[in-house]
Amino acid sequence: MKSSRIILITLEIVTPLLLILAYALWAGPRGDFFFPSLDKILSTFWHDWLGGLVATDIVPSLYRTLAGFALAAVLAIALGIVLGLSRRARIATAPLVEFFRALPPPALLPLTILVLGVGDTAKIMLIALVCVFPILLNTIAGVAGLDPTLRDTARVYHISRADVLFRIIIPAALPAIFAGLRTSLSLAVIMMVISEFVAATNGIGFSIWQAKRLFDIPSMWAGIILLGIVGYTLNMILVGIESIVLRWHRGARAAAR
Amino acid sequence: MSAQTLTEKPANSIVPDRLLPWVGSAAFILAVEIFARSGFISQQFFPAPSTMAITLVGQFASPRFWIAVWNTLWTWALSLAIAAVLGIAFGIVMGASKYLYAALRLIVEFLRPIPSVALIPAVILVIGVNFESKIFLAAFAAFWPVLIQTIYGMHDVEPVALDTARSFGIGPAQRLIRVAVPLALPFIATGIRVGSAVALIIVVTMEIVVGIPGLGELILVARQGANVEVAYALILASGLLGWGLNTLFALLEEKLLFWHPSFRKTAP
Repeated sequence: MKSSRIILITLEIVTPLLLILAYALWAGPRGDFFFPSLDKILSTFWHDWLGGLVATDIVPSLYRTLAGFALAAVLAIALGIVLGLSRRARIATAPLVEFFRALPPPALLPLTILVLGVGDTAKIMLIALVCVFPILLNTIAGVAGLDPTLRDTARVYHISRADVLFRIIIPAALPAIFAGLRTSLSLAVIMMVISEFVAATNGIGFSIWQAKRLFDIPSMWAGIILLGIVGYTLNMILVGIESIVLRWHRGARAAAR
Repeated sequence: MSAQTLTEKPANSIVPDRLLPWVGSAAFILAVEIFARSGFISQQFFPAPSTMAITLVGQFASPRFWIAVWNTLWTWALSLAIAAVLGIAFGIVMGASKYLYAALRLIVEFLRPIPSVALIPAVILVIGVNFESKIFLAAFAAFWPVLIQTIYGMHDVEPVALDTARSFGIGPAQRLIRVAVPLALPFIATGIRVGSAVALIIVVTMEIVVGIPGLGELILVARQGANVEVAYALILASGLLGWGLNTLFALLEEKLLFWHPSFRKTAP
């Protein structure tokens, strides 16, 4: 039993390393224009992204992503609680929410360019617009799925409405809200990249597009790797926040088992 | 707030529940119509919904529109099919073997959160601006939800069901095909439904960003030609397309998986 655990852990660590090694061995001597050698990509990554481009490209991209995401979260959670609490409002708005959710987000890109132009505001609004729906749907589901006994009990004990909202409804809906936040965060990164591909003067997406245009292939791959790291890190941060905020929830569930 | 009442009181308002979705949608469209016609935003940037609808109906008469819809649809279907076959195959193998799961888990965890649109420049450089690059990227993006859901589904299979099958002397291959995979099907169906939405997003993105033929390309052309009404009508059309495909998958799931014990309650 013990030895099989060791095999499992070794497999988990060794396979990705083998894969990277395989790429290095494959791409190095081949000298393919589109698949440059690993050390070339890594040195470009080191030189470009950890050097001068942090302030000019990484910071604006992160700002757009997080500003749009935060705006969406605030709006969607507030609206979601209202719609979640009123059954009739929920029924009345269901088709609209379904339609906007089904709209492929990039289709909205031309729209925001038309109405708002190509500045930061347009990008933040676009990201927010796209991120609203997963959070909204999950908040509605979380609030509407609340055990009615909880609300009735609170009423019997004459707990004030504000307390009911902040101490019962919102905590109970938080696991669902976080599920929506995670979906939206990856959407936020996607929309940041797309909007920077199409119309921007700085940002990670812009510099990848620029590198592609100039056939600076190592720099393009380095940018793609950076986007991967950014996406991965943002997701890990949110998962970390979630595990802190929802510690009581996990504990309660583990205790109930 | 009706939600605060102890017992849900019977609806006593003039609008019955059944009509609420219609009333809600109509009110929303009317509000946007009034807003658009009020001149707060120039109609050049935001035409009234009635204008969008009329333009959309006008598009129905143009063969260009239907060719674009067809191009979007077949590339979507092909990429989803590729993603589903590969995702389910890898998912079943990774879900059934803990060694393969351990070997590939970290790679999946690293690759999955990478925004697939980040690969657009690389894909169009290596494959080119054509249908193949659109299909490749859409299949790549849709592969992850199918894979993850299939693995979840395989891990969620009731051990008692597998043990029971084993005690009846059913071999490993039969256990996998007859017990584990059918029990994992609702998860796989969810993965395919999510994958379908993702594939459509990537297909339309590639069309808009790179200009590969399809509905997205028409939107791009309409915007570049300052043909605002057409652009909005096409955005509306792509929303209807996404909504239609989503509804279709939800219906299919309901029809095909009615026998699954968990399906009657809620889909996972």
